[in-house]
Amino acid sequence: MEKFSRHTGVGVPLRYSNVDTDQIIPAVYLKRVTRTGFEDALFAAWRGDDSFVLNQPAFSSGSVLVAGPDFGTGSSREHAVWALKDYGFKVVLSSRFADIFRGNSGKQGLLTGELAQDDIELIWKVLENAPGTEVTVDLEHRQVRCAEVVAPMQVDDYTRWRLMEGLDDIGLTMRHVDMISDFEAARPSHKPRTLS
Amino acid sequence: MGRTLAEKVWDAHIVRQAEGEPDLIYIDLHLVHEVTSPQAFEGLRLAGRQVRRPDLTIATEDHNTPTVDIDKPIADLTSRTQIDTLRKNCEEFGVRLHPLGDVDQGIVHVVGPQLGLTQPGLTVVCGDSHTSTHGAFGALAFGIGTSEVEHVLATQSLSARPFKTMAVNVEGTLKPGTTAKDIILAVIAQIGTGGGQGYVLEYRGEAIRELSMEARMTICNMSIEAGARAGMIAPDETTFDYIHGRPHAPAGKEWDAAVEYWRTLRSDDDAVFDAEVTIDAESLEPFVTWGTNPGQGLPLSGAVPDPEAISDETSRAAAERALEYMDLAPGTRLRDIAVDTVFIGSCTNGRIEDLRAAAEVVRGRRKADGVRVLVVPGSFKVRMQAESEGLDAVFTEFGAEWRHAGCSMCLGMNPDQLAPGERSASTSNRNFEGRQGKGGRTHLVSPLVAAATGVRGTLSSPADLEPSEPVA
Repeated sequence: MEKFSRHTGVGVPLRYSNVDTDQIIPAVYLKRVTRTGFEDALFAAWRGDDSFVLNQPAFSSGSVLVAGPDFGTGSSREHAVWALKDYGFKVVLSSRFADIFRGNSGKQGLLTGELAQDDIELIWKVLENAPGTEVTVDLEHRQVRCAEVVAPMQVDDYTRWRLMEGLDDIGLTMRHVDMISDFEAARPSHKPRTLS
Repeated sequence: MGRTLAEKVWDAHIVRQAEGEPDLIYIDLHLVHEVTSPQAFEGLRLAGRQVRRPDLTIATEDHNTPTVDIDKPIADLTSRTQIDTLRKNCEEFGVRLHPLGDVDQGIVHVVGPQLGLTQPGLTVVCGDSHTSTHGAFGALAFGIGTSEVEHVLATQSLSARPFKTMAVNVEGTLKPGTTAKDIILAVIAQIGTGGGQGYVLEYRGEAIRELSMEARMTICNMSIEAGARAGMIAPDETTFDYIHGRPHAPAGKEWDAAVEYWRTLRSDDDAVFDAEVTIDAESLEPFVTWGTNPGQGLPLSGAVPDPEAISDETSRAAAERALEYMDLAPGTRLRDIAVDTVFIGSCTNGRIEDLRAAAEVVRGRRKADGVRVLVVPGSFKVRMQAESEGLDAVFTEFGAEWRHAGCSMCLGMNPDQLAPGERSASTSNRNFEGRQGKGGRTHLVSPLVAAATGVRGTLSSPADLEPSEPVA
């Protein structure tokens, strides 16, 4: 995984709450068996609408999505993260993320930064008044800067460390494989098995 | 201090704990389907890794599978490729698979309990957010993403932080005509789609104790729609009776040992929950959703709300947007909303009791003109059971389509979809924009309301039906 410490890019205001993963990528796009190539599927239903924010030239090259509360609710599909990344997003900012989406993002190096809703509103205003304005997301200092707005960003310590080091989860767990074996040896025999 | 049910199960699965790091927890059962697994298996292959415990892993085909002509090749090439990919992966990595046409095929969350694999005290994961279903047995069960699927395949463990706990007390007794679905829709409407975020919900109280296992599964299934990754119900005699004798249930001395352990799986009297909410089951009416998230629901006797009357700006904007998408005017009586399609099925309400309940409502009646009614059993075995009880004939005489098992119109990955602008009453779990087909509009309902809606053509409960309505 690529290391992440700081990113600056065009901010995209998405003034919706409860953007569920069916909106981020509809189920019809989940049939692929590859891990890349989902950029066209991102927000597919909304992309047909000319007024949708990503259809506005000033925002089309955006890499920092600034969304309403409860972003990423619903289905566990990691395709939602892949679609955001494939499109070019490096960061999503919101006042509240759904748990599974946030977990999936961390595994894929997409930063989900939690901001106070008031700060989100301030950034929305900047981005809407001056489309194309860049947002700097400083993971090291847990801070978001956009024009005059400077906002603290919440990211938990472990996710921050993993993103900054670019560490792979399976590799980390494999360091403790002996402990997994020990645990397995002590499991009760009444637990079910799928194979006889 | 005592511990909650969720804490007991979590603690019993800790492989490794370290300051400042998530816990490493052991996974007892890993369920796999075709949509969220291909990239995980590919990851294993690229890294030269094996599936650590194929004997704790099981796969079914459900999301893409057609519900008609299942003996023919799948027409949609990308769907067929995804199914074929699962078959190849299961063969290569030694994972048990129940493919389309197999007697144990079905929606992954219907199949696990049916086989007796879902048991109290287990940790259960699947690349599917409705894995919360299995919490009905007192298992800690939650959905994971594809990277985590790969992690579990490779290590049989997961790196995760303990959940906070929320008690959802459902007091009193349900009135006739109200069901588990109405309980959970009311819970979600009360706490909101983000209200359970970070929590395991433990459903407790008299109304929960009185529910069958299948009804408990309906409730736990939709925990995720309140933002909670898991929902749990403490196991009791109802649970043990349901599991006993199933193919993978423990037997003989193992059964006794298991039950002895399972009886310890309840929140201690002095356990402290991080949050607590209470719902009065007695006052519940059939619940339906009017908007585009599962928290936007009301009793059937209500009317479409006026966004102007909502004080919170974010909720108001969401309601305005939802009404525009749903093409509904504020003040419209919910009972006056006409639908094109009724869908009975899904991991929420596709089990035999759901089909029995719906069949009782439609028995001897004809569906409303112009309404399409799809009945999709949750598994092949559910379909067989229903047919042995003659329910298929009840549905087809009603004018419904009797289909094969799968996720079907719950998310429209197969050809079962709403056309743009079409409206459904659906026993599934999500009324998101486009969930059942691009431009489709979904009202979430119980099987009883779905069936009654099929009779009248507008959102209805069985109590709305005239006893004298036409009998075939």
